Amino acid sequence: MSGAFTKSMARNIFYGGSAFFIFIFLALSFDTVRALPERDHRENITPQVALGKKVWEENNCIGCHTLMGEGAYYAPELGNVYNRFGNSKEAIIGFIKSRPVEGNPGRRNMPQFNLSDEELEAVAEFLKWTSEIDDANWPPNIQG
Amino acid sequence: MQYQSQMVAKPYFIAAIGLFVAQILFGLIMGLQYVMGDFLFPEIPFNVARMVHTNLLIVWLLFGFMGASYYLVPEESETELHSPKLALALFWIFLVAGALTIVGYLAVPYATLAKITGNDLLPTMGREFLEQPTITKIGIVIVALGFLFNIAMTVLKGRKTTVNLVLLIGLTGLAVLFLFSFYNPDNLVLDKMFWWWVVHLWVEGVWELILGSILAFVLIKTTGVDREVIEKWLYVIIAMTLITGIIGTGHHYYWIGTPEYWQLLGSVFSAMEPIPFFMMTVFAFNMINRRRREHPNKVAVLWAMGTAVMAFLGAGVWGFIHTLSPVNFYTHGSQITAAHGHMAFYGAYVMIVLTIISYAMPMMRGRAAANSNKSQVMEMWSFWLMTVSMVFITLFLTAAGILQVYLQRMGGDAALSFMVAQEKIALFYWLREGAGVVFLIGLIVYIASFFVGGKERAETA
Ligand code: HEM
Ligand code: HEM
Ligand SMILES: [Fe+2]
Repeated sequence: MSGAFTKSMARNIFYGGSAFFIFIFLALSFDTVRALPERDHRENITPQVALGKKVWEENNCIGCHTLMGEGAYYAPELGNVYNRFGNSKEAIIGFIKSRPVEGNPGRRNMPQFNLSDEELEAVAEFLKWTSEIDDANWPPNIQG
Repeated sequence: MQYQSQMVAKPYFIAAIGLFVAQILFGLIMGLQYVMGDFLFPEIPFNVARMVHTNLLIVWLLFGFMGASYYLVPEESETELHSPKLALALFWIFLVAGALTIVGYLAVPYATLAKITGNDLLPTMGREFLEQPTITKIGIVIVALGFLFNIAMTVLKGRKTTVNLVLLIGLTGLAVLFLFSFYNPDNLVLDKMFWWWVVHLWVEGVWELILGSILAFVLIKTTGVDREVIEKWLYVIIAMTLITGIIGTGHHYYWIGTPEYWQLLGSVFSAMEPIPFFMMTVFAFNMINRRRREHPNKVAVLWAMGTAVMAFLGAGVWGFIHTLSPVNFYTHGSQITAAHGHMAFYGAYVMIVLTIISYAMPMMRGRAAANSNKSQVMEMWSFWLMTVSMVFITLFLTAAGILQVYLQRMGGDAALSFMVAQEKIALFYWLREGAGVVFLIGLIVYIASFFVGGKERAETA
């Protein structure tokens, strides 16, 4: 870089530019947080949904699946599984419950988590709530 | 080596390399599980192997950053480290806490681990990359604070250079942003939104400051180019990083429930994120071309050039291909993401840590400025084996990702289900695993290079 452009000019661009964009980002984040209630339907986050999220986390489901496109890519997207399973919580519960302990030979397997009925209901309710978030119509189709 | 206390970097570097090996072994386990689904099931389910793989990566990179800081800050400050004892104590705390956490992942079901570590009190577990039990997270914060204190005290009492200052800003940002890992609301959208304040603002924000300052240090030392010139470049690069990368967070806010204006903002700003990576490449090659001396440690210079090129490819180019929202709509959460994650992490952060290790280790082992020719040639082999195999891993995953998107997300009613599409692209997963084995061989050669040619002397220029 040429001699006319000095180190202290570069330093000022760094401090000034960073401060400016941190400020803009905070303002945008503030606006986003304010806009969210319209999109996440938080009025539907019942204690059951909250428990479902905890079950989701404490069994590390994200270690194999994506949820709204984030997570691992080993197993199907679950942000829209409620819709894929015909808008049925029972189908979700049935699937989780019926995983064989030793797995199926040769296939990718989901563990048997031995969840209680309460936990099964909760995690299904959590996935139902998740499927209703306004996520700009992602994924492209029902396959996730 | 100019200051005795720089020696504390050595155990950090050794631990980093050891954990790197374990990380790759678990990568290979998962790579096999991708094509032989029942491999090690139910003993090591995929999600467990994945946590081990990604958490080890982060932990060994942190060991690398800390080692780098302990090495370069005293030299830049022209003074001894504030407290080498504290540095050593924190080393053992971090290593034991890390090891216990990994053992926990492998020894008991994750739900049990959550229970015995009291996740109920402050639930933070079970989110990607932040799977550590809450007490481990608290431990990380304590170690980070002690480390920052030690580094800051050293910087304060000695010469203040731009390299030191930028490094310190980067490390402080790293610690502060990690605090968001404790925020885990019931509302998934808010959870996801602030999760990215840790993940994105780390790798596309403050970590780039750390990367830039380590690269600048090694270039100052190996090229002998005037510090003023190098520091000016450093400022411009990190200015561009934060100017583009902060709002660039928006490229993760397209489809998680956040407002739709992020599609435009995220696309525009993140599309400019390759600029600082490109500047880093120009910078490194420019400085090396203008070098005033032939440094005998040729392999360290090779790593530095490799970092500049591979970071641009992995983060810049592979980041760009899926960052515009109309493209990301189709590629989001696919093997394209995995392809990019691998080359970006390798090119930017793995390689910069290996650069500083390559530069510093010979001196810490009492070998003047460089290893013997024999050892350097072997390390160069490992450079090419690991780097080329990582390019192939990326290409195979990219091919798998393109097919996945085509089969599963396009084609309307004829679109295949996830599991069926996965079977159709299994060939590319086999090829990826093959490239992964070559990567492991490269890593073994790398370690072997530490044990050869110890008696011979390096050529002096
Ligand atoms: C060499 C052999 C390697 C193999 C076979 C391998 C394999 C894998 C697999 C199968 C996954 C999980 C993908 C999924 O979620 O479905 C993964 C994730 C990951 N690996 Fe590796 N890996 C290897 C090396 C590395 C290296 C050297 C790095 C660091 C530079 C790395 C960094 C990562 C990261 C960051 C993720 C998370 C990716 C994401 O969330 O998009 N891996 N790896
Ligand atoms: C060294 C710097 C970088 C590293 C280490 C890195 C690493 C990663 C990782 C690991 C992920 C996956 C996160 C997850 O598991 O959900 C990711 C996602 C992503 N990265 Fe980067 N990245 C870097 C720079 C960039 C840059 C410069 C761009 C843009 C030009 C970019 C664009 C993206 C996008 C768009 C995604 C989301 C992919 C999706 O929708 O699934 N990255 N990155
Ligand atoms: Fe990002």
